[in-house]
Amino acid sequence: MATHAQTVLSPGEAPEFHLAEDHHPEGSTMLGFWIYLMSDCLIFAVLFATYAVLGRNYAAGPSPKDLFELPLVALNTSMLLLSSITYGFAVLEMERNRQGATLGWLAVTGLFGLCFVGIELYEFAHLIHEGATPQRSGFLSAFFTLVGTHGLHVSLGIVWLVTLMVQVRQRGLIVENRRRLLCLSMFWHFLDVIWIGVFTFVYLMGVLQ
Amino acid sequence: MSSAAETAHHGHAHGDASHGGAGSHGTLKSYMTGFVLSVILTAIPFWLVMADVLGDNRTTSLVIMAFAVVQIVVHMIYFLHMNTKSEGGWTFLALIFTLTLVVITLIGSLWVMYHLNANMMPMSAHDMQHHMPAR
Repeated sequence: MATHAQTVLSPGEAPEFHLAEDHHPEGSTMLGFWIYLMSDCLIFAVLFATYAVLGRNYAAGPSPKDLFELPLVALNTSMLLLSSITYGFAVLEMERNRQGATLGWLAVTGLFGLCFVGIELYEFAHLIHEGATPQRSGFLSAFFTLVGTHGLHVSLGIVWLVTLMVQVRQRGLIVENRRRLLCLSMFWHFLDVIWIGVFTFVYLMGVLQ
Repeated sequence: MSSAAETAHHGHAHGDASHGGAGSHGTLKSYMTGFVLSVILTAIPFWLVMADVLGDNRTTSLVIMAFAVVQIVVHMIYFLHMNTKSEGGWTFLALIFTLTLVVITLIGSLWVMYHLNANMMPMSAHDMQHHMPAR
């Protein structure tokens, strides 16, 4: 980046060529990250398909109607939705170059994310305590795999978020950190999109059956 | 692309990072619009199921699926800032390709496994004779 300055060539000096990556490094990163998200989307599609196929194989065990508590799911959903909007606020503050406010909103986002993971872990612990373990039936295996994979994504997103907060604190809102924050923003909103599928297909339609 | 102007405006170089890819990362208004729509589109399906408003499970399923699709589109537009122009249309193309694969995966799995299940139903000896053509 810093070597971008035009060097005036003195006669006889070999011209210096810069690699093409200087041209639009940000653009290609964002596109590449988007393609990663699309491949992640395929992973979730396969897990949703697995759940759709196995979701009614209860093996004489508990069914979604016996297990799921919709108020808890609604609370969980609101946590993730709130974390999405607070991440949006962080990006807006980043655009305005306000580091403190950006870090503040990122922290709030992380806390909502932690609440989400916490509630989900509580739910899992509760299910396992009731004997609805992943080994119990095809339905529960598919359920824990799908929802657990999503929860794992959110957990790793929180790790990434904390890492970026440290980076921003140390280096400020430099080009690289802005790019990283925008990548994480896409990741975070993407996970919220997946959650729409989870609460609709797994929880709400599970209770309906 | 307004990166040159923005760089000049802010006075110090954060280069073309500020444009990301989409040209904009939304405004407070677009984020709030997306948020309010999402809250509404989340609350209604939960209400429909928890209060059993429609009475019929099949209708309720179809309605909440429609709400989910609408909410996914809302998130795509207001939070992920999807449009057909960003990155010269490549993000949109990748999305269309992915959606195609997702639809094939989901519908294909359900279709194949449904028929597999239907054909693998345990049969009595009488059914076997009845269904199997004599060879």
